[in-house]
Amino acid sequence: MDTNYIRDLLPFDHPYLFVDTITSVTQENIVGSYTFKKDEFFYKGHFKDNPVTPGTILTECCAQLALVCHGLFLSNANSDMVKSRLFFLASSEMDFYSVVLPNEKVIVTAEKIYFRFGKLKSKVKMTKEDGTLVCKGVLSGMQKNTEDG
Amino acid sequence: MEHLTKLKAIIEKYLPEDVDVASIQLESKFIEELNINSAHLVDIVLDVEDEFDIMLENEDMDKMKSVQDALSIIEAKIKAA
Repeated sequence: MDTNYIRDLLPFDHPYLFVDTITSVTQENIVGSYTFKKDEFFYKGHFKDNPVTPGTILTECCAQLALVCHGLFLSNANSDMVKSRLFFLASSEMDFYSVVLPNEKVIVTAEKIYFRFGKLKSKVKMTKEDGTLVCKGVLSGMQKNTEDG
Repeated sequence: MEHLTKLKAIIEKYLPEDVDVASIQLESKFIEELNINSAHLVDIVLDVEDEFDIMLENEDMDKMKSVQDALSIIEAKIKAA
């Protein structure tokens, strides 16, 4: 199945798009990856002369794949729907295990807990290519049509 | 009455700290008055489904603006079951 159409539907763009590829997607799971480029905007200040990917950005990377990409798939979204839809993070509980440096590739795996009434809640895990655990936790997000207010 | 007590107990779990439990009244609006966000409104619906062993649809969710709306939906579903 062609999974990259989902990536093309994403409402994000540089410098705030943290999904390179979607490897697989089903009703229950999604897997994708992202390589943190060495010139990402946040490395300049996080930290001074010591670039490390912020935990909030790792969480964002997980959320873009687990909640937005999977949410778009689960709601059979097309490009017209995306234009009138808002996506927001509802809750996050993440634990962090290792740092991600510039040029490192991460793999995000998410498993749906439920998707009802526009709310998607999922278990997520981020690893490096060698399987090293970066972070894991539970995220939830909402999709809403803008005209609903 | 018993349904209302159970419903209030569910709502209480998602009430923000700055909203008093006593403010959960029949006419209270979930989002505008009780300051419950839309994600927690989904949690309330899921808990209601478990508590009363019923299933809510999207149109029920759209109608659920106040505590009274929720109670009416619950009672209609229980009667229909």
